[in-house]
Amino acid sequence: MTFEPGERVRVLPSEKPGHVRTPAYLKGKAGWIESLIGAFPNPEEVAYGLSGLPERPLYKVGFKQTDLWDDYRGPAEDYLYADIYEHWLEPERGTT
Amino acid sequence: MSDHHSHEETRGIMSPYAARIRAIEALLLEKGVLTEPEVQDSISYMEARSPANGAKLVARAWVNPDFKALLLSDGKAAASELGMAPEHPAEFIVVENTPELHNLIVCTLCSCYPRAILGRPPDWYKSFEYRSRAVREPRAVMREFGFEPPEDVEVVVHDSTADVRYMVLPMRPPGTEDMKEEKLAGLVTRDSLVGVNVPRL
Repeated sequence: MTFEPGERVRVLPSEKPGHVRTPAYLKGKAGWIESLIGAFPNPEEVAYGLSGLPERPLYKVGFKQTDLWDDYRGPAEDYLYADIYEHWLEPERGTT
Repeated sequence: MSDHHSHEETRGIMSPYAARIRAIEALLLEKGVLTEPEVQDSISYMEARSPANGAKLVARAWVNPDFKALLLSDGKAAASELGMAPEHPAEFIVVENTPELHNLIVCTLCSCYPRAILGRPPDWYKSFEYRSRAVREPRAVMREFGFEPPEDVEVVVHDSTADVRYMVLPMRPPGTEDMKEEKLAGLVTRDSLVGVNVPRL
């Protein structure tokens, strides 16, 4: 599964334990692929002394602030980027 | 207790964390996992880095459009050009403030920061308050630092969750048209490199 810039994605609501680099406040949230940053050894494995190979694609993913927080106090145009590994993303098929 | 640690704290009171680290360090040395010169090299590496590096990058970008283009497209190459050695494996990405857009950097998961360029992050950057509030109410946080972006400026928060370290390229303040590069660098504060504030004359 690879994603293209502009594609709508949703962050998996996984409760996977350990050294995950996906913050809780983004789990289950929908956003868009801004760009592919590159490929890196999987930090969820590197943290435990493993090689983390094969490398995993890392994307810069954008989220509208008003999609993250119901009570966001600021213009609707404000947004947030986070760097999310591909195995934490699924295509977003909803309309929101 | 040895006396050759250059990073020895003031005698007497040592926090439980410092005591624990010192005990781990002593064990690593004793078992030959680390050597004393390696520990000293690591300390020197970290202490040689400071926000002044970031200020130099910004000031050069303000006076030299080609360097600015390089800084925004390949941060590590730009840093190397000014004699900084960002050999840390993480990516280094610089994001540009414009009249339409203001950037703010945070690491909600821990305290990721471009240490290879700027040294250690300030304590507030690592605080639970900053890490939780910067993503949820960035405008309120900036207001507390003394900066309030207008409503028609988009605020973009970068949560450095993974293998990228971010730095902000702030806008050159008005009224600095005649200023030389070195003097301009003096305007660039650490806070402005994180985005909680902006450089002022």
